[in-house]
Amino acid sequence: MKKWDAIVVGGGHNGLACAAYLAKAGKDVLVLERRHVLGGAAVSEELYPGFTFSVCSYVVSLLRPWIIQDLELPKFGLEILPLEASFSPYPDGRALCRWSDPELTRREIAAFSKKDAEVYPEFGKAMSRLARWAKPVIDAPAPRPASLNPRELKGLLDFGQRFRDLEAVDQEGLAKLMTKSAVDLLDEWFESDQLKAPMAVSGIIGTFLGVRSPGTAYVLLHHYMGEIDGAFRAWGFAKGGTGMVSDSIADAARHHGATIRTEADVDRVLVERGEATGVVLSDGEEISAKAVVSGLDPHATFLKLVGPDHLDDDFLTRIRRFKMRGSSGKVNLAVDRLPEFSSRPGDGPHLRGDIAIAPSIEYLERAYDDAKYGDFSRRPYLNVVIPSLVDPSVAPPGKHVISCFVQYAPYSIKEGPEHWPERREAFGDAVVDTLAEYCPGLKESILFRQVLTPWDLEQDFGLTEGNIFHGELSLEQLAFQRPAAGFAHYKTPIPRLWMCGSGTHPGGGIMGAPGALAAKAMLQGSLLGRSL
Amino acid sequence: MPIPTPFHPRTAPLCTSLYWKEWAGYHAVRSFDTTFEREYFAFRHAAGLIDVTPLYKYAIRGKDAGRFLSYVLVKDVTRLGVGRVTYLCWCDARGHVLDDGTVTRWDDAHYRLTSADPSYHWLLRHARGFDVEIEDESSEICALALQGPRARAILSAAAGSDVEGLRFFGAMRAKIGKAPVEITRTGYTGDLGYEVWTANQHALELWDALVEAGAPHGLLPAALDAMDVTRIEAGFILNGVDYTSARRAVIPRQRSSPYEIGLGWSVQLDRDPFIGQAALQKEKREGSRWAIVGLECDWDELEALYGSFDLPPGIPTHAWRESIPIYSGAVQAGYATSGAFSPTLKRQLVIATMEAAYAKTGTELRMEWTVEHQRHAVRAIVTDRPFFDPERKRSTPKIAQGAGA
Repeated sequence: MKKWDAIVVGGGHNGLACAAYLAKAGKDVLVLERRHVLGGAAVSEELYPGFTFSVCSYVVSLLRPWIIQDLELPKFGLEILPLEASFSPYPDGRALCRWSDPELTRREIAAFSKKDAEVYPEFGKAMSRLARWAKPVIDAPAPRPASLNPRELKGLLDFGQRFRDLEAVDQEGLAKLMTKSAVDLLDEWFESDQLKAPMAVSGIIGTFLGVRSPGTAYVLLHHYMGEIDGAFRAWGFAKGGTGMVSDSIADAARHHGATIRTEADVDRVLVERGEATGVVLSDGEEISAKAVVSGLDPHATFLKLVGPDHLDDDFLTRIRRFKMRGSSGKVNLAVDRLPEFSSRPGDGPHLRGDIAIAPSIEYLERAYDDAKYGDFSRRPYLNVVIPSLVDPSVAPPGKHVISCFVQYAPYSIKEGPEHWPERREAFGDAVVDTLAEYCPGLKESILFRQVLTPWDLEQDFGLTEGNIFHGELSLEQLAFQRPAAGFAHYKTPIPRLWMCGSGTHPGGGIMGAPGALAAKAMLQGSLLGRSL
Repeated sequence: MPIPTPFHPRTAPLCTSLYWKEWAGYHAVRSFDTTFEREYFAFRHAAGLIDVTPLYKYAIRGKDAGRFLSYVLVKDVTRLGVGRVTYLCWCDARGHVLDDGTVTRWDDAHYRLTSADPSYHWLLRHARGFDVEIEDESSEICALALQGPRARAILSAAAGSDVEGLRFFGAMRAKIGKAPVEITRTGYTGDLGYEVWTANQHALELWDALVEAGAPHGLLPAALDAMDVTRIEAGFILNGVDYTSARRAVIPRQRSSPYEIGLGWSVQLDRDPFIGQAALQKEKREGSRWAIVGLECDWDELEALYGSFDLPPGIPTHAWRESIPIYSGAVQAGYATSGAFSPTLKRQLVIATMEAAYAKTGTELRMEWTVEHQRHAVRAIVTDRPFFDPERKRSTPKIAQGAGA
């Protein structure tokens, strides 16, 4: 029987990136994907004739430049189109749009607060400085605070040195960022609720926290991370949908010799004498390998693929405590015309970015209140994009796809998560009703609607409890604690079993870094390339 | 003082940025918005519509039209098929390039030449003894370039489905609304695209028809700043930027031969006499001193260089046109003439003139790069052009082939 150098479980973008790096280093790699399409949550599917949807994740933010370069992704079809603006309509008929043009943005904000208009670029500069400081953290394996290895110590010292080198104002800023809530931080800078609300939501995306929950300020930083890459830019659409990111990485992997199988559902990881030796598919097929890498989240990897029998209780407890608790859903719409916002009619460039339905801090807190008590938000926070406006390849001429990211939609509704299918359409209605309050003609323009609840994200895409980041991106679940202290470097307690998904450092979003860094760790760990 | 083109009544109200420049005596939009990004992405993902009226246009008619042009140009265009376009350059008697442009053959005895610089006098001067009539159509004919993956769908909606069969570098006549137009499958973006030519009085009708047909396809009015990035991605050179026309050169070293500017492939040496033939034959035999090449800067080095100043990579987003020294070791081996960060390829692309010994693909060089007022250098590798070469640029749908040229 053929023995592969490595089997990657899950053909999501991180699994594929891991495979591509391993294959590029000459390893014989097999990727196994359960679904008929590659991409995991970074997937494009034609759900309705002529309309291609980025079914789950819908924007590309932090796809690492070095991965794009190493794997030559543009050669394999990756093209990213920038989001031009952030548009926020309000119920009183006003609206605020933030642009890449600073003067335009200043005038927009000044309509709400002259003071905020001038402070806004200062805030951006402060955040960008801190993002630059944090950059090495996302481009390298997590630091090991307890290690006495000289190289690790030097890394930690450098880290400390760089903190010392920060100006006092940035040291203070960083300390606040790590501890405060998004709203508390924004309150220090701004007075206008209309500006703060759409900014604060960056702090809660994918978490089961509210904008006033401590620790959410840190996630705001992610929004500014894109700027550290300079000309590489921050937020964008992948041409053809986010599936094209996965497809281009898959093609790069194949180019380097990787084998990729779809509709190959891995049932479990084979563990013999304490070591991973291969996998068993749900149809009973056994495939053996020198190493197995799981692109699945920590719960799915350890509680399902490996199973409790092979793990000690302490580790199992830590994995079980790793918070998944999905809090968001997705509504995808095919429409026969461009939505028109009553607060800013027409098809102007304000529609060419992301549109936030986050009219006030109170609105966001009320949305969270519904979730706290086991229900979806009656009036949720929506992050809406219309990618067909800049990428006409995803919809027929003149028609459009609308993607609505929805929060909150808690996995554990009070009826129990398995009752989500009965609530699905009511949830979809709440989302469409919410958006229609700002776009009066929306409902009449809908040709097709797909509603994804956290339950669907789990059942269809394998995201445990529907968590879009393979585990909450909250401070206590990051860096050397992702997914568990002592196992933040892609290794697991089981020799020859590795992790490469978003549940590992540096985390979720279409970044590719967990997959690429995992492959590097595996290649480094292989003594003279003999074992992985 | 520049003058407006016939499309000015449409472009001017759209140009809310008021970013204009002069192009061959005309007012030309640099970008409609304060950034050109949206227009760039329209070129690459939907379609952009750009006013290219300022190109010079000459009609060459008469029994000897083909023979005459073949005498003036470096290529034998008597062999060019009717309904075909070709790209080439022309030289003075010493084999130095005067200009580059396209020749379209409309029928046996009717060609059109386009150029970047005025060329009427040069043509006229060499017409003696040929049965030809040369007409300067530059101020009678206006043109729009429709470029991008959606260009075919838009143009066939506006001009009829015959357009779908028009092959790369093909030419055809059609009607858009009531306006008689000439369509060539050419352009300066390196993408699927067309240039549509019409008499000035039909300008606005043409503009309106294309804008209307393009609306459901994401068509945007586009302008020179966006096109400059696309032309560098496509690896195209620009007269006056990447080389100096012999007409404008002040000293000998400013002149270039077709071989030196990468247009040697367009020179057909062994045929009836043409201007510059002897000099070009000699250069072909003896080799050229210079070569225009494509370069790619090493992104890791650029990022590290900026990182050493604690700055994010501060790469200019606009295409640039400065002469920048390029080194091999301690020796200056050439100079960059233009460059751009490619938003599609995510690479810093450069067009450079190198001494021939340093022009081989893969050659490692160092290009000067200034950060915080200090001169540094980054690794740059000689790379084949076009840098970006999508299949759609050349391809024509099978079903539609046969119609048109």
